[in-house]
Formats: sequence, C-alpha cells, structure tokens
Amino acid sequence: MTGTIGRRVASVAAVTVVGLTLAACGSSGPSATNSKAASGAGSVWVLTDASLNPVQQTSIDAFNKGATAKFTLSNYGNDPYKQKLQTAIGSPNQPDIFYNWGGGNLAQYVDAGQVADLTATLNANPGFRAKFIPSVLDVGKIHGKVYGLPMQGVQPVMMFANADVLKKAGIDTMAITWDGLLADVGKLKAAGVTPIALAGSQSWTELMWMEYLVDRIGGPEKFQAIVAGKAGAWSDPAVVGALTKVQDLVSAGAFGSNYSAVGYDNQGTQALIAGDKAGYELMGSWEVSSLNGSFPAFAKSAALEWGKFPTVAGGTGDPASLVGNPSNYYSVTQKSPNKAAAMKYLVDTLTSDTYAQGLMGIGQVPAITGLEKKVKTGTFAGFNAFTYALVGTAPSFTQSWDQALTAATSEKLLTNLQKIFLKEMTPRQFVAAMGS
Amino acid sequence: MGPRPHAGGRPSSLWAVPAISFFALFALFPMAVVVYLSFTKWSGIGAPVWSGTANWAKLTTDPQLSQSVRLSVLLTVVSWLLQTAICLPLGVYLAGHGRARALLAAVFFVPLLMSSAAIAILWAGLLDPNFGLASVLGPLVGVKDGNFIGDPQLAFWVIVTVVAWQFVPFHVLLYQGATRQIPVQLYEAARIDGAGRLRQFTSITLPQLRHTIITSSVLMLVGSLTYFDIVLILTGGGPGTATRILPLHMYLEGFRAFDMGYASVLAVLLLVVGTALSLVVTRVTGFNRMESQKEGL
Repeated sequence: MTGTIGRRVASVAAVTVVGLTLAACGSSGPSATNSKAASGAGSVWVLTDASLNPVQQTSIDAFNKGATAKFTLSNYGNDPYKQKLQTAIGSPNQPDIFYNWGGGNLAQYVDAGQVADLTATLNANPGFRAKFIPSVLDVGKIHGKVYGLPMQGVQPVMMFANADVLKKAGIDTMAITWDGLLADVGKLKAAGVTPIALAGSQSWTELMWMEYLVDRIGGPEKFQAIVAGKAGAWSDPAVVGALTKVQDLVSAGAFGSNYSAVGYDNQGTQALIAGDKAGYELMGSWEVSSLNGSFPAFAKSAALEWGKFPTVAGGTGDPASLVGNPSNYYSVTQKSPNKAAAMKYLVDTLTSDTYAQGLMGIGQVPAITGLEKKVKTGTFAGFNAFTYALVGTAPSFTQSWDQALTAATSEKLLTNLQKIFLKEMTPRQFVAAMGS
Repeated sequence: MGPRPHAGGRPSSLWAVPAISFFALFALFPMAVVVYLSFTKWSGIGAPVWSGTANWAKLTTDPQLSQSVRLSVLLTVVSWLLQTAICLPLGVYLAGHGRARALLAAVFFVPLLMSSAAIAILWAGLLDPNFGLASVLGPLVGVKDGNFIGDPQLAFWVIVTVVAWQFVPFHVLLYQGATRQIPVQLYEAARIDGAGRLRQFTSITLPQLRHTIITSSVLMLVGSLTYFDIVLILTGGGPGTATRILPLHMYLEGFRAFDMGYASVLAVLLLVVGTALSLVVTRVTGFNRMESQKEGL
C-alpha cells in the first residue's frame, strides 16, 4: 500500500511543480510591472554604445537625485534590440522611454497607438523646442505630431578619402562632381588600389549610394513619394537613373571585384582605406569616431579627408542636401505608468548644457542650434565643425531609407539593391520587383 | 509490500509526466502557436489579427520561395553525400588502434567543441577577401581576388564546406563508436574464410553499421534542412539571395521584415517536410522495426 501512495504523492508533486511553473510563466510579466509601478522606477532602453552609454547614465543619475520616479538604463545590441522592442512594446514589460530611429521605424509604433504624443509638452516649453535643429526634429514627427526627440548627435552620410592614396594616383583634391569621381576611379584603378571601399556584404552601405544619387538627380521629393507609397514612385526616372549610375560605377571597377565579400562590422572597409588600399569611402559621420577606435593613427592623421557627396550634372536636387541619420530619438510609451516623469526627464536633459557637452565630449555633434563655437573642440574639432555646418545649412536631411520605410519594404529594398550591385538585376527589374 | 508491477512490468505512465510536460510546453505548444500565427497578420506589435489563408496564398506569389526551396534541397542532398562519404571511412579508420590515429582523432574533434557562431565568425575572418587567408590561398585555387563568400556561384559551396567542417567530427564519432561495437569474432571468422580487407569492409563492417548509417543520415538530412546559424553570420543569405536557404528566408521574413504570419507559414512548411523526411527515411530503411544486427552472436 505504502508504495502506491508514495507513487501517487510523487506524481501529484510532479504535476503540481509543472503546474506552478506554467502559472509562473504566465504571470511573470504583469507582476514585474506592478512592482515597478509601486516602487516608482521606470526604464530607459538604448543601444549598447561604449562611449554614449556613460553620458546617458550620468544624465539619468542626475535626474534621479531629485525625482520620486527613478529611471534605470538598459542597453542592447542593434539587431536584438529591434526584435526585443518589437515584441515588448505594448506588453507589460515595455520600457518607459525607448531609443528609436524616428521615421517609419517610429511610425509603426505610433500607428499601433503605443507612443505618447509629445506635442503638448513641446508647446508648453517653447524654449526647449526652439533649441532643436528643425530638419532633425522633423524626423521625430509622425502625421504632424511630435513623437520622438533627438537624443544623440547628427549623422549625415558623407564622402571620406585617404589623401595619401589620392596623391599617389595623381589626384590633388577630392572629387566634387560625379564626372570628376568617375575620372578619379580610373586614376586610382591605374594606381593599383581599390578606388572606392564598399562593404557590399552589408547592403545598407550600398543603399547610401542610391539615396544620394536619387536626391541629387531628383531632389528629396522623390523619396518622399516612395515613403508615402505613391503609385509609380519606384519607377520614377530619378530612381532608374540613380541605379543606372550605380551600375556604371560597378562596371568601371570603382569598388574592385570582391566588394560583395567585404563587411563593415568587421572593419573590412576601414582596413582598406586606413591601410592605403582604397581611395574613397561613402559612410556616415560616425566613421571618424569609429576609425579612431580601430585605426587611431590614421583617424588623427592629415591623410583622412572628408567632403560632400559629389554633384550630378543635370540633376535638379540641391547639392547641399543631406541623407543619413538625422539623429536617433527618444520616445515615451503610451501606457507608461511614469509618463509625466519620463517627459520631464526628456525636457530637463536633451538640450541641457551638460548633456550637449557630454555628447561633444565623445565626438558627437548634437542636433542643437547655436553650438557653432562649442563644437570646435576635441581631437576632431575640424570635422565636428564641418558636420555641424553641413547639417545647419542643409535644405533637407533625408533619413536613411531603411529606417524611414517599413521593415518589410526595407528588407526587400536591401536584397534587391544587392542584386543591382552584383548586376544580377537591371534597374527596370529592380523597379518591377519593388512593385512599380 | 513492494511496488506492484504494472502490466508488462513497465513503470506507470505517470512517470513520463515531467518529460511530456516539458515537451508539450517547449515543443508542441509553440508548434500549435505557429500554426495559429500562420493564419494571422502580425508584426510583433499588439495582437495578431486573423487573416484567413492570406499568408498561405502568398506562398504562390513569393518570388524568393522557389530559389530558397531549391537551395535547401541542394544543401541537404550535397551535405548528406559529402559528409557521409567523409565520415564513414574516417570513422572506421579511427576505430582502429594506433598512436597516429589517436592523435588525429583528438585534433579532428576540435570543431565539435565550438559553437556555430564561433565557427562562422572564425571562417568569416579566414574568408575576408583582402586581409584573410582567402587573399593568400584564393589565387592558388583560381580565385584571384579571394572573393569566395562574395561570389554568387561560390558562396553556396563555401557554406557546404563550412557546415561539413562543423559536423563531420560528430558523425565520425558516431561511426567510430559503432565500428568498435562490431564483434571481433566476425572478422576472425571472415579471415579464416579467406576474406580480404575490402571484403571484410563490404560484408561485415557496412552491414553492421546499418543502423548508424540511418541515424547519421536522419540527423544530417533533417539538420541540413533546418540549418541556419552559420549561413546567417557568414553570408546573411547573400550575395543577393545566393545562399538564402529556406530557414533563413523564414528568419528574414519574420525578424527583419516583421511579417510573422508568412514566416509562420514557412515554419510550418519546414516542420512538415522535416518530420516527413525523417519518417520516410526510417520507414524505407526498416529502421523502425528495431531488428537486431547481432542475432546468433
């Protein structure tokens, strides 16, 4: 008898344990939020960035000192972050303040009703609002209302060059026109180096070429039509023309022959340009601080040059226009129990001298007006001043397409663009694949 | 009074409850959810919206599907042929005794100790066309610019090679262990009958390895079909879509394009094909009858 009872007890115990585990799994979410609300602690989610995270932490520590609702900072890697945010938003485990890319990336959360409208907060603080560079603040606007505020430096895409390599090939200054660039490609090729370093295994680096060419040929309206989903936006002559120019560049051997195996994340292109093996590279302004991390001697040398994307003859776009990441943004979740405190943190922090100084201290150029003199500090004073002037005078600042478009369209765009660079697809086939 | 034996002398099925609960929670339940999600539209934000068979209809219009299926089938077949051709003889060889074999075996099992991510990152470094080993060895094998993973024709074969490099040690281990289990009397008897080495291999070793060959094949076939991590890290499915195998296509649709509904359709497809494949292999080969290989010994 005892044996049977013993076995029954064991089975019941086993079933109970499993049952409890299941119950615990089901309820862990809400209970965490309850305890969070009770203790008055909120969370701020950002990307992992060894230089920026301490600046963010300092600002949160300063805010927490006098506040009842205290915030904690959590950081995540780029790809895991996007996935985690996508599933956490709207759930009980969502953050109070979250880092995002503005544009289409932010719009999907706004359309799902998960993001707090910050317009009223800005209207109540006109001085705060006026401090942001308008073209950068615009990317945080969705359907005319402000949902995201710029929280880090501006990151326009620009042309970089190794002046030593150019000189050896008989080029004195960086090309400022498209035809000049094509001529340089010929000279650099003859000199036995890769004319332009391109990380073709990561097609967002290829997208930068398309973004600038469409803007130079047809102006920023062409991409605005694409974002708005207008019929025939993809088949616009500016898009076809840009892709044709891209393939001209590929055919001219501008990127060498093995570019589609080169990566950016593993410093593949940086090693080329810093190692005197390539002449030019088109990249975001973060390239300088990034080069400073991987190839400090080259980053600080006079060999590293930068300039605007070349003008394209016959194009109607303004040659002062920019593409890139205007900034990254902080948004507040709609259902956050600490909404008021979160907004107060943003207003207190983002345009404050301490925060701006913190950003400039790590080589970033804040999206804040009136910093002309202050940005000329640090190791890269000249570069920072150039970037600041570039953004300040740009008539338009088009957001990187893969951030501005929906995830599904971006994915399709990046895959098809890689085929354009491989010449597996013609511009016409590209247009057809993107759906007119 | 001791425990009362159940019919057939087996313990009560209640003892299987923890294992079954675990399997239900982490395998059956997610499978059911995936089937449900395949009938919904969901980007990961908010709640899934029922969309009927729209995702399943997309199977007929997805321009990428046929290439992904073809690549997955090719990867599965080629991996199976290549790995079996390497593993079986090598396993049998390493089953013998000798210092050289022991040393070779020890060195050979190194890839088994590494995670897929580490292997992929290691190979990505080696295959860098400008600074990796590929820039040195490439010209020697006719790839002048070291462009292995960037060439749409070569990239697939690079994947086949790296996957083989990762899994060959494991299957060699299977064959080595199985070969050592073969009773020596069989070989002794064969030698008395005048059988040579080749005859011993074809008439004793191979038939005795039958079950191992089937186990190893099922693991290789189903494994290759659902293979994913090395491709994601090494090529990301590129260049273009040259290595976008079906599981990767599913991942990109789900976690890059955030079309969870369609990604779930692809997941269900993989689930069905994978299960069917392993059932067919075990049935066709008679593995499921569990016959003894050592009758009379």
